[in-house]
Amino acid sequence: MTSHFLLLVLFSFFVSLVFGVLLRDDPRQQIRTGAMMFGGFIGTALVLGWLMYPFPL
Amino acid sequence: MTTKSTAAERPRAAAEPGMLVLLCLAAWAIPGAGHLWMGRRQKGLVFLLALPAMFLIGLLLHGRIFPFDLSEPLVALAAVANVCAGAPWMIGRMLDAGGGTVTAATYEYGNCFLIVTGLLNVLVIFDAFDIGMGRK
Repeated sequence: MTSHFLLLVLFSFFVSLVFGVLLRDDPRQQIRTGAMMFGGFIGTALVLGWLMYPFPL
Repeated sequence: MTTKSTAAERPRAAAEPGMLVLLCLAAWAIPGAGHLWMGRRQKGLVFLLALPAMFLIGLLLHGRIFPFDLSEPLVALAAVANVCAGAPWMIGRMLDAGGGTVTAATYEYGNCFLIVTGLLNVLVIFDAFDIGMGRK
């Protein structure tokens, strides 16, 4: 398992899950918060990835 | 005449300093145990499953359980974060896991999983403490 994107998704899932459950008490709110965080993680990573694309390593 | 719910009584019972220390120790040793103790089953079960799973994934990704090396502050901080994971860290150390393979492509990812597990468990401990104090 060396796919960077898959690992990013896996990490984002677990962190969003824990934060969603930790920050909210109502299950619906937990799912909503977790989903928003998960989307934020993935979206931010993709945007930053594309922004860094033109720069040489 | 109003009657108190059991949920309202539980935090009050745990608000004694000795019980709070025990609660925090339990929450550290077994991720989610503090919440289960305070009757927050759903939260406790999620933490009990998610945090050890993250730690295990970190080990499978060839991450390293860092030693306490005070000559290298960042390594020492990573070691503190590892310790905060509780039982998964203890079991990992007992099984001599977490040697870390620096040449593995997933080494840094593994470290990230291992360290973040410990840091998330710290937040879980604080949350259990707040519940014990009757703040939540």
